[in-house]
Amino acid sequence: MNLKPETLSKIDEVITHYPTKRSATLPLLHLIQEDVGHLPPDTSEWVAAKLELQPINVLEVITFYPMFRQKPIGRRHIKVCRTLSCALLGGYKTCATFEKEFHTHLGEVSPDGEVTVDFVECLASCGTAPVVMIDDELHEKVDCAKAKQLSDQIKAEAKKR
Amino acid sequence: MPAPEQRRLIFKHIDEPGYTNDIGCYLRNGGYEVLKKAVARKPEELIDEVKKSGLRGRGGAGFPCGVKWGLVDRKSGKPIYLIVNADESEPGTFKDRYIMHQDPHQLIEGTMISCFANNVKQAYIYIRGEMPHGARILEKAIAEARAANFVGPNILGTGYSCEIFVHRGAGAYICGEETGLIESLEGKRANPRIKPPYFPAVLGLYQCPTIVNNVETLCHVKYIAEHGGAEYAKIGTPGNTGTRIFCVSGHVQRPGYYEFPAGTITMGQLLNEVCGGPLPGRKFKAVIPGGSSAKILRFGERFKGKRKVGTELVDYDWGVEDVPMDFDSLGMIGTMGGSGGVIVMDDTVNMVEALANINAFYSHESCGQCTPCREGSLWMKKITSRMVHGQARNEDAALLKSVADQIPGRTICAFGEACSWPTQSFIAKFGDEFKQYPETKKTAKPVDAVALV
Amino acid sequence: MIAPAKPDLVTVNIDGQEIAVPKGTNVIEAARLVNVDVPHYCYHPKLSVVGNCRMCLIEMGMPAVDPATKAPIMDPATGKQKINWIPRPQIGCGTNVSPGLHVKTTSPMVKDAREGVMEFLLINHPLDCPICDQAGECKLQEQATGYGRGYSRFVEQKNVKPKRTQLGPRVTLDDERCILCSRCIRFSKEIAKDDVLGFVDRGSYSTLTCYPGKKLENNYSLNTVDICPVGALTSTDFRFKMRVWFLKQTNAIDTESSVGANTVVWSREGTIYRITPRRNDEVNDTWLADSARVLYKAVKAADRLAATETIEALVARAAALFKSAPGAIAVVGSGRSTVEEQFLTRHLAHALKSSAQLVSRVGQGDKLLISADRNPNVRGALVTGLIKTLPTQQLTDLAAQIDAGKIKVVVAINEDLAAAGLTAAQLAKVSIVYLGAHANATSAAAKVVFPTLTVFEKSGTLVNQQFRIQKTLKAVPAAAGATDDLVVLSLLVAAAGGATLPAELAALWKVIAAEVPALAAMTFTNLPETGLVLDATAFAALPFVEGDSLHYKPAQPSVAAATA
Repeated sequence: MNLKPETLSKIDEVITHYPTKRSATLPLLHLIQEDVGHLPPDTSEWVAAKLELQPINVLEVITFYPMFRQKPIGRRHIKVCRTLSCALLGGYKTCATFEKEFHTHLGEVSPDGEVTVDFVECLASCGTAPVVMIDDELHEKVDCAKAKQLSDQIKAEAKKR
Repeated sequence: MPAPEQRRLIFKHIDEPGYTNDIGCYLRNGGYEVLKKAVARKPEELIDEVKKSGLRGRGGAGFPCGVKWGLVDRKSGKPIYLIVNADESEPGTFKDRYIMHQDPHQLIEGTMISCFANNVKQAYIYIRGEMPHGARILEKAIAEARAANFVGPNILGTGYSCEIFVHRGAGAYICGEETGLIESLEGKRANPRIKPPYFPAVLGLYQCPTIVNNVETLCHVKYIAEHGGAEYAKIGTPGNTGTRIFCVSGHVQRPGYYEFPAGTITMGQLLNEVCGGPLPGRKFKAVIPGGSSAKILRFGERFKGKRKVGTELVDYDWGVEDVPMDFDSLGMIGTMGGSGGVIVMDDTVNMVEALANINAFYSHESCGQCTPCREGSLWMKKITSRMVHGQARNEDAALLKSVADQIPGRTICAFGEACSWPTQSFIAKFGDEFKQYPETKKTAKPVDAVALV
Repeated sequence: MIAPAKPDLVTVNIDGQEIAVPKGTNVIEAARLVNVDVPHYCYHPKLSVVGNCRMCLIEMGMPAVDPATKAPIMDPATGKQKINWIPRPQIGCGTNVSPGLHVKTTSPMVKDAREGVMEFLLINHPLDCPICDQAGECKLQEQATGYGRGYSRFVEQKNVKPKRTQLGPRVTLDDERCILCSRCIRFSKEIAKDDVLGFVDRGSYSTLTCYPGKKLENNYSLNTVDICPVGALTSTDFRFKMRVWFLKQTNAIDTESSVGANTVVWSREGTIYRITPRRNDEVNDTWLADSARVLYKAVKAADRLAATETIEALVARAAALFKSAPGAIAVVGSGRSTVEEQFLTRHLAHALKSSAQLVSRVGQGDKLLISADRNPNVRGALVTGLIKTLPTQQLTDLAAQIDAGKIKVVVAINEDLAAAGLTAAQLAKVSIVYLGAHANATSAAAKVVFPTLTVFEKSGTLVNQQFRIQKTLKAVPAAAGATDDLVVLSLLVAAAGGATLPAELAALWKVIAAEVPALAAMTFTNLPETGLVLDATAFAALPFVEGDSLHYKPAQPSVAAATA
């Protein structure tokens, strides 16, 4: 595990928030994922050693929470809300638009490496459905046209690099 | 009858132009004055105010907050923890998001008052993983409050100390269940605990007495501490005091969040007047009144019975539009006020497909710990998904009902109810549509039909 | 000794039967006491309670009292106190008794709940009983007969999960059969202290797994197979070998250490197929070490000894050796022999005017079911008076006596003298009479060899570290060419000029009871299944080697611990 010094210091700090080290499992996984982009295979053992746990205790947690991913994703993570309120206003079409724009399938890295599109459960912004999260940013009322526009934006940024 | 005016206690500053989420803005608007007064009072007095207020939890169950606090084991000698349940995850609910993003100090002030009242030295805000900005905003706000001596050691020179930390979830609905949340906060899979013996008030976080309150609930506590429980209880109706925030989504002209004195607005007023009615050329078909697990109501159905008004029993005969949007009235007609998430469906929606969407959610979110919920939720999802994408059979409606009936009341936590009530109510209210579905599928769909699953 | 205080009793009513049970008992255990079976999967009496399978749902009620006055509310129809029944079923495993608790286990609500759970458990289960080793002792099969539908309403695709995963050297996992009860996970964490098992993924896709790169290979791994209520975890050794309903069960004792774990030996037509634990709450609970389960392989081992002469001829040759060296005969008995054999050994030593000695066998204790003393019955030798002091690992004195020419004949019973430190030259210097089941350096050097039996081929008693005398029974017939140790020993006692002693257990026990004060009141047949704790005050000062184990704490710090 090759983590940035600032990640390591954040890890040491967050452990102090709890009376038992085990409580820091989710925070540590978030920090590692933010640093590396995903949770590499040695995560369970590294976190277990850090928190005085058994690796299986960490693996159980990683696989329970869908936000933790064990494989690399595209440069950007597009999460389209699948749940009822968004679906009622076209969430499925929004999702299909992103898949088509990036020639990819759900959960896969697009061929250009730019994005991974996921269809996720409720993002708790049902009043502005359909909603999409691109990395940490929430985008509201993303109909097909707006999905296309967001895709173009991502592609344009990619070209600039 | 025209809809009443909104009364924004909690959402007072939400979407207010120029209102920012920093402590300077909060202080300019009278922020933390209530906390200053509260820490000069006796904690028992504050608990008493909350009891008098009749405040019911805003997370979904509507459990009286004062009673919850009253159950806390204060003799164990163990520390008491308070956890802010900010895992807002019941589909259709999106109120806490705005409090945390736009007015985080209101939550922190409410939390600190509640902590002081209950002699809590350590609080955690468990915020759902999908709100990374919210988590950062709260962390910044806590740091500001700490710098101003509203949080941390020796608060306002009183000798009372209390720390708050933000803890992020990672995409699990079940963390909204308080014992699942506690397990998650302990660094484990969010499997809810058996009760007895693990009532949070006695054996909660780290086996210590623990209070778990929803974000909005704690904001109400701040208001109660400011104005007194008796004053608060005058808002709304008896048994449904204070204000209620409704989150309206789906097929209405103006979806969004609206705060009203509890029990003063009917479903019809909310949807037609406040939210502008159905989309052009459409008609309301169904509404889920309290988050997606609440039992669905069908426009056109009628509810008859007797209800208590004051001390008298009076007859009622309501259509969906006439139902007052309070915990008790919605409970009376067989559904629930829940988290206040109102999901509206119009006549373009096929109910089999809508249920298939909901079933996909609950089967994805079942923690998998106990048998009826784990197996039942996925079975119902497989049936409805097959009905839509594969072969639909005439007997599927009866099978769905029978499967759903084997779940509620038999599981560790209320997820058993949450995952089965949609199926039970969809079949009860729209059984005809389920029975006709094999036929419906044979006719071509309109091109603009919205896919739900 | 002061008798333990009587537990507080709580009276409850289960299906109409009143019973007083100790406070803290749960409904499943309370029901067991009135012979009411509450079906369950995840609950295990020796593990933490998680309440996840929901099979033990019962209907529960409490006597009604007036909330204000606390006075009982009577039911005019029955004249008894009214019962407030809780409208939803409760789990029996997680519900502890309280005074006046009423339980229904046969009501329509309970039956409906059980049927629902059974159907749910079976929808994603492969239903491959014809090729499943668990068939015949599977709780799913068992409960399906009572609460199964008999046909399936499930027409969807079943979940696909890993099949035939080797979790370790001895345990095979079929995840599709797993019902996610978590017993194995809890066992590994709570009892074996080897936290390697867990669930990955979520909901119905939750999958039991061993942490990748680790193995379930601790010496208690097979207990997960025992407690798996279905065929998910199976023993790699026993897999596909035999249908369990063909097997005969014999109660026995694990002889690998002085813990004396209680076992069941499963055999068919003279062949042993497996050994499993037998519950004894004072000794091994429901557990057994993996190493105890392979001991049966000694029965059909390639190095079994078989007689080429008649027993009479062998005894005659031994008698001749005895006569050749009066006063120069040593007897090496064994801490692996049974109490009865040790009793006869004492008589043999007495008849030969010799004093017997034992060979100590010491290893590291595992704090659970294997103690530092690897002899199962050193205390039996103390109780029968065969020895007075604890044995040593090396027969140094005997070696010196042989070197000095003071010993000419050695009778070795179940002990390899070479392993106990005697050199080949020393073995060659004496005439050896050997009794044992397997070949070794001593049998090779012996003048007379009596092939005898393994513990699985004979009955007898053993005294464990708690001074608990326990019965082990004959599971399979004696191997061809081998003779029961008791028969050989009684013939040798007679040949040495000693008393005529019976070789048959019931008769022998009359003699034992008459001669050994500590066993005076006992007979073999009356010995309870869970054993009997003997008065050990006479031996309290001896420096026993055992440290702490599951249900044992040494009276004084063990020698091993003190020297460590």
